Amino acid sequence: MSKKEITITVNGTAHTASVEPRMLLTHFIRDVMRQTGTHVGCDTTSCGACTVSLEGQSVKSCTIFAVQADGKSIVTVEGLAQNGALHPIQEAFKEHHALQCGFCTPGMMLSAVGLLQRNPNPTEDEIRWGISGNLCRCTGYQNIVKAIQDAAGKMPKGVKL
Amino acid sequence: MSEITQVSLGGMGQSVRRKEDIRFIQGKGNYIEDIYLPNMLYGCFVRSPFAHAKINGINSAEALKVPGVVAVLTAKELAAHNLAWMPTLAGDTQAVLAGEKAVFQGQEVAYVIAENQYAAADGAEMVEVDYEELAPVVDPHQAMDKNAPLIRDDKKDQKNNHIFTWEAGDKAATDALFKNADVVISQKTEFQRVHPAPMETCGCVVNHNKITGQTDIYLTSQAPHAHRTVFALVAGLAEHKTRVIAPDIGGGFGNKVPVYPGYVLTAAASIVLGRPVKWIETRTENLQSTGFARDYHTQAELAATKDGKILAMRVNTLADHGAFNAQANPTKWPAGLYSICTGSYTMDNAYVKVDAVYTNKAPGGVAYRCSFRVTEAAYVIERAVDQLATKLKMDPAALREKNFIKSSQFPYKTVTGWEYDSGDYHKTMKLALDKIGYAELRKEQAEKRKKGELMGIGISFFTEIVGAGPRKQFDILGLSMNDGAEIRVHPTGSATVRLGVKSQGQGHETTFGQIVAEELGIPVEKITVEEGDTDTAPYGLGTYGSRSTPVAGGATALAARKVREKAKKIAAHLLEVSEQDVEWKNYKFQVKGVPGKVKTMAECAFAAYTNAPDGQEAGLEATFYYDPPNFTFPYGAYICVVDIDNKSGQFKIRRFLAVDDCGTIINPMVVEGQIHGGLTEGFAIATMQEIRYDAEGNNLNGSFMDYLLPTAVETPHWETDKTITPSPHHPIGAKGVGESPNVGSPQAIVNSVVDALSHLGVTNIDMPVTPWKIWQILKEKGVAE
Repeated sequence: MSKKEITITVNGTAHTASVEPRMLLTHFIRDVMRQTGTHVGCDTTSCGACTVSLEGQSVKSCTIFAVQADGKSIVTVEGLAQNGALHPIQEAFKEHHALQCGFCTPGMMLSAVGLLQRNPNPTEDEIRWGISGNLCRCTGYQNIVKAIQDAAGKMPKGVKL
Repeated sequence: MSEITQVSLGGMGQSVRRKEDIRFIQGKGNYIEDIYLPNMLYGCFVRSPFAHAKINGINSAEALKVPGVVAVLTAKELAAHNLAWMPTLAGDTQAVLAGEKAVFQGQEVAYVIAENQYAAADGAEMVEVDYEELAPVVDPHQAMDKNAPLIRDDKKDQKNNHIFTWEAGDKAATDALFKNADVVISQKTEFQRVHPAPMETCGCVVNHNKITGQTDIYLTSQAPHAHRTVFALVAGLAEHKTRVIAPDIGGGFGNKVPVYPGYVLTAAASIVLGRPVKWIETRTENLQSTGFARDYHTQAELAATKDGKILAMRVNTLADHGAFNAQANPTKWPAGLYSICTGSYTMDNAYVKVDAVYTNKAPGGVAYRCSFRVTEAAYVIERAVDQLATKLKMDPAALREKNFIKSSQFPYKTVTGWEYDSGDYHKTMKLALDKIGYAELRKEQAEKRKKGELMGIGISFFTEIVGAGPRKQFDILGLSMNDGAEIRVHPTGSATVRLGVKSQGQGHETTFGQIVAEELGIPVEKITVEEGDTDTAPYGLGTYGSRSTPVAGGATALAARKVREKAKKIAAHLLEVSEQDVEWKNYKFQVKGVPGKVKTMAECAFAAYTNAPDGQEAGLEATFYYDPPNFTFPYGAYICVVDIDNKSGQFKIRRFLAVDDCGTIINPMVVEGQIHGGLTEGFAIATMQEIRYDAEGNNLNGSFMDYLLPTAVETPHWETDKTITPSPHHPIGAKGVGESPNVGSPQAIVNSVVDALSHLGVTNIDMPVTPWKIWQILKEKGVAE
């Protein structure tokens, strides 16, 4: 199959590669870039484990072709911590026991950050709806909601993913 | 010297934040799909579209022309290596690839190996299989029909679709009690086929080195050592040259206990091709072919006196095992621990019978967040007790309290032969009833009924049996269900702990460190817990059936005590007193009666490598293999309050309270997290999940679009509380908790919905309880239009 050369900026670093047009963005991130924090949990855009931030918007990277992200910038879980300091959402997930197996966690945190960027002070209902595209099998969400509430007041000012 | 305390150590009972989280929150977990080896190939399956079909031929020629495709394996190639069939954990045989016929939709028929996963999928598309459809057997009741098509004609002595009959209790004595009872209730319930569906599917990477004969198997395995032994038995691999590495696991819930054809084929492919091969299941493959759970169809009866004393229980269950008997149960217990179905109650006798059958459905019968059919057992008794309460016009809480085993009766021998270790059921029940405001809720319900509003209160009081198991009775494929722990205390006072169990999110790296911190006075942050590598960890049967804390937790505490005994000799030497004059006090060794004369574990560790007493072996480490003397029996009182819209059947769980007693608690934060998660899975089973098949045997729930996992929106807010009744026989008194909430919750939810409709004459609704089912009932009863 013919290939196309694309450049995608991942966590601030531009990467150029020649890929098949059918390659999913998630496979570009994982298999080409070897940033393996972005996970795949289903085949149907249901689980959200592959959520990344694309030009500031949370998207499911299993449902976008890599070529669609050509020339664009994405942030994955590996890009959340800055200068050796954890992002407030990471701190909050750890503090509130908002993860168990950790598989959904990267996508869940990226969705949460997206939500808090749109709505800095969400109600519990808004949080639950805001992460409803992300499935977790371990926690029952209660501690995830708590963590997002905690992080809401601590988001870095003026910094957007 | 500053005081060492339980808090400063992060010892038992402390909500220590989890050590494993620092990598997970930064995307640095190492899951199976994250394993990339140089020169690695990818495998992809061709699967049967039919539930039952003869295979007349397979043509791989076109697939082999696809760029990137390296090889195509079929049953024919496997047969040449004696790998066409593999043993299941239940002692049956399962086709690694379908040879002469396919027996369920989604069964593995051919395996395509290619340079990347896209090419492998392209190749799989091009494999031509000539199928000839056969009549499928879908309904388990139909499977018993003498005219039903024979599914397993590959087995020489198999003349029908029956697998086994298993019985417990005393039939004659039970029948006699039923004959003379004032009141008898009979209830038919279906515990539907469900799937554990962890967020990470199953998969493996196998790297066989043709020169050295070494085989490294990276595997989503809840039981790495047991799987290594199975590989040795199935594929003839030498155990000392086979290394199973279970990396971080993205949830297991029983799905990652069995050995699947994907693992065997990937190993075979690596051995044949001499290159690493990776296989990662898609979600559809996961839901359609690996490890389903439940599928128990039950007629349960209770006999009682007219004032509500339960006399006897009779249970007849038909178990649908799918096309291969591949359930995960201890060898001598084909229906697992199902005879725990007498629950939390005293009775004079019981009789339990299970018949298992083959059908043209995916194989499995795993213990999905459950200790070997205990969820099915808890469901049966707790639904039946509710129906008995309705029949007797008794309050379901009062009926339960009347029949509870009393705290003074423990250890309590049940009529089916189990010895419950400890409990105070009345205390736990009272706490739950008080906390939920039970009496007020009943008043509210009565008032609402007058107004035509629907509200229900459902109770489940379950007793589990976990921690398999004592080796005198329990093995899997002959392997004793014991587990090892190894502790090495290093010269500078830190420690490494290695275990034969394997966390899938339960937080072992933290909680097992806390046990050692408590026993040895070493701060938890100075303890590394390692699991999942058979080259380094002591042997163990793995994590499932809530057995980690009951079995490996015991091993860990006892290994630590061996270390402490040795350190005590060193302390005596350093303190220049005899060993008898040294005591372990406030996490230090102290000369008896002289609080100032102390040595810490760190000081003893240093001396163990620098200044050991004459005649004593240097070093400070120990290994212990624990054989539990009995099971542990966690229990709990769960109460669900539900409101139902009387026009649409929509329902909302207003409150759900879980009061658990899992004995001694190692980390309250982790325990609460386990309970939240298990309740959510129980809620999913009770209200939305079912793996269904149509009449042709087509799986109707092969993706998360139609096999539903609850999101944060549907999931209720969970309230939790606890009582603590330690297990008297366990080294730290802990009973295990991971599965309690999944075992205890489905029937609390079903009971609440049935309770809301009981005045309409409703006595049962099978799971999943959906608004559609409720609306149909409301319509039939003339409540809804």
